[in-house]
Amino acid sequence: MTTTAATRPIERLEAMFAANRAAGRKALAPFVTAGDPDADITVAVIEAVDRAGGSLCELGVPYSDPIADGQVIQASYTRALGKGLTLAGVFDIARRASATCSMPILAMASYSLIFRRGIDRFVADALAAGLTGFVVPDLPLEESDDLDTACRRAGLALVRLVTPTTPPERAEAIARKSTGFLYCVSVAGVTGARADLPPGLVDRVAWLKSKTDVPILVGFGISAPEQVKAVCDVADGVIVGSALVRRIAEHAGQPRDALLTEVGCYVSELAAAARRAEP
Amino acid sequence: MVTSSVAAPLSNVPDALGRFGTFGGRYVPETLSAALDQLERAYAEAGADPSFAAELDGLLSAFVGRPTPLLFAQRLTKLAGGAQIWLKREDLSHTGAHKINNTLGQGLLAIRMGKKRIIAETGAGQHGVATATACARFGLECVVYMGSEDVRRQAPNVRNMRLMGAEVRPVETGSRTLRDAINDAMRDWMGSVETTHYIIGSVVGPHPFPRIVRDFQSVIGRETIAMSRKQFGRLPDTVVACVGGGSNAAGMFFPFVDHPEVRLVGVEAGGRSGQAGDHAASLSYGSPGILHGSLSYVLQDDDGQTADVHSVSAGLDYPGVGPEHSYWHDMGRVEYTSVTDREALDAFDTVARNEGILSALETSHALAWAVREAATRSPDEIIVVCLSGRGDKDAAEIARLRGLAADGGTA
Repeated sequence: MTTTAATRPIERLEAMFAANRAAGRKALAPFVTAGDPDADITVAVIEAVDRAGGSLCELGVPYSDPIADGQVIQASYTRALGKGLTLAGVFDIARRASATCSMPILAMASYSLIFRRGIDRFVADALAAGLTGFVVPDLPLEESDDLDTACRRAGLALVRLVTPTTPPERAEAIARKSTGFLYCVSVAGVTGARADLPPGLVDRVAWLKSKTDVPILVGFGISAPEQVKAVCDVADGVIVGSALVRRIAEHAGQPRDALLTEVGCYVSELAAAARRAEP
Repeated sequence: MVTSSVAAPLSNVPDALGRFGTFGGRYVPETLSAALDQLERAYAEAGADPSFAAELDGLLSAFVGRPTPLLFAQRLTKLAGGAQIWLKREDLSHTGAHKINNTLGQGLLAIRMGKKRIIAETGAGQHGVATATACARFGLECVVYMGSEDVRRQAPNVRNMRLMGAEVRPVETGSRTLRDAINDAMRDWMGSVETTHYIIGSVVGPHPFPRIVRDFQSVIGRETIAMSRKQFGRLPDTVVACVGGGSNAAGMFFPFVDHPEVRLVGVEAGGRSGQAGDHAASLSYGSPGILHGSLSYVLQDDDGQTADVHSVSAGLDYPGVGPEHSYWHDMGRVEYTSVTDREALDAFDTVARNEGILSALETSHALAWAVREAATRSPDEIIVVCLSGRGDKDAAEIARLRGLAADGGTA
């Protein structure tokens, strides 16, 4: 794939946000673990997410020691790696899914994997697989210059994260560097569905909105349509991870159509909630 | 790389970003960044406050029993038939290992930061016991993460932690050893970071941990230098320590790195063989990668997934190593080698029967190398071994392995 100005992958993300704004919608970004329960099903799940109204998909790249993840995603990574999934297999899933889906797909990958493969090779593999960018949960601002440079050159998004423990000035610095969108982590903690939205989240997102033009997506702990709507009233969208990964795991032993129907219904419900949010 | 004609001292690390040469750094989720900044500030302030050093020194003396002795191992030396073997007796520290030097220091830092809850990981249980001990002394809540495989093989330490009021949480994920315990401690910290301090037990993890732990453990090397001058009038020829994460070795070596005439040797866990999965020797067999927040030598597969490791000693059963060891390795300042399970178990026996000391299985790796090396050296030469911990905790596991061997299995 070339990266001429006309085909820079990040532009697909920008176009998606622009179309959502024009239509008065917010973005729903489901997270799917690559290779759980297997590669074929992951591709079919991503396609089901696309049909059901997902705005973009975060493809989780399994890693052996994911310290930012709670039990649900960690266990999905362990299952996928236990079945022999390799990085080549992950890129193959991304390539197949991006060939058929209209929504952009980003990879959520530990920097341990990126560093090991080498930044240039990892970026080239991502481009060839049709990915539009990366979320790297264990790469703070201070360590990110090399990957940032490579992503800007390749036209890939490097989505940065701010958390409740990030001081205001640092949050502004992170937002300035973030490309594609800014990932606002809802809670201080690991990934995983939670019953309630953390207090202060809405104010924090509103403050961030006042400081940056980059779209803001909120993730961690969000699973219910009411939560999606509440967050989307202030943010540009939500990321839903563990709740979807858990549903896929629970239906892994059932016929594939049942699993895909479950995914489609759940994502449709969340997408509808994102559409009901205040424009 | 040092390019000027006047080389900076090797001890002049890490830099402001926590780099030891190219190693180290801080590869952690953003949630932890503020806490690591806070810890860095608290440590700098403590360093500038004479009352901090005074309080820590007082505890190291009256509570830990420092300085620990430097003992001439008379019968071991005779048995080896070459260089003199001396033992730096960290096993005589309160709680039976060097780990307490670090937990008291970090416990005082936690108090300065106003944090009332402490979490820790442990492999052999020595760091868990030392953390539980510091928390009991300071009145802090204590939760220790420990792989369930290690809970089994280090039962006496689990009991001791609980006796001192710590909660021990067995970790059932992955290999159920030290690496998984660190993962779960980090996950706890992600959600508790505003009220909790994570006392990491080795010179690993994100900046500033490798530096802080090294500094607190450097009392070992400083005492060794002072005692060497007093007891045999010069520095030793060779200093050897076992290396898992590498905290006793870092504490022993750091005061020596700017004395190039002293040979420094780190002994890793050679396990059953040099085959992948059979050992835990990151510097001997690994390559640069990122694990648990820092860049260092790691045992990984081609994709960067952490490899399975093995060692008979729970404290060395770790697929990474502290970044400063990687720096010393690449600078050629410290030699790293490995010793097998079998050799370590034999050294445990030899030292027990010839010196009346039950040494930890971790330490037994360094002792095995020292006895073998001494045999090839002249009686004028002096080898100092960091006897990092005592082996009571291992007695039952060694008996179990012997039973397996007697039944025709392999120990």
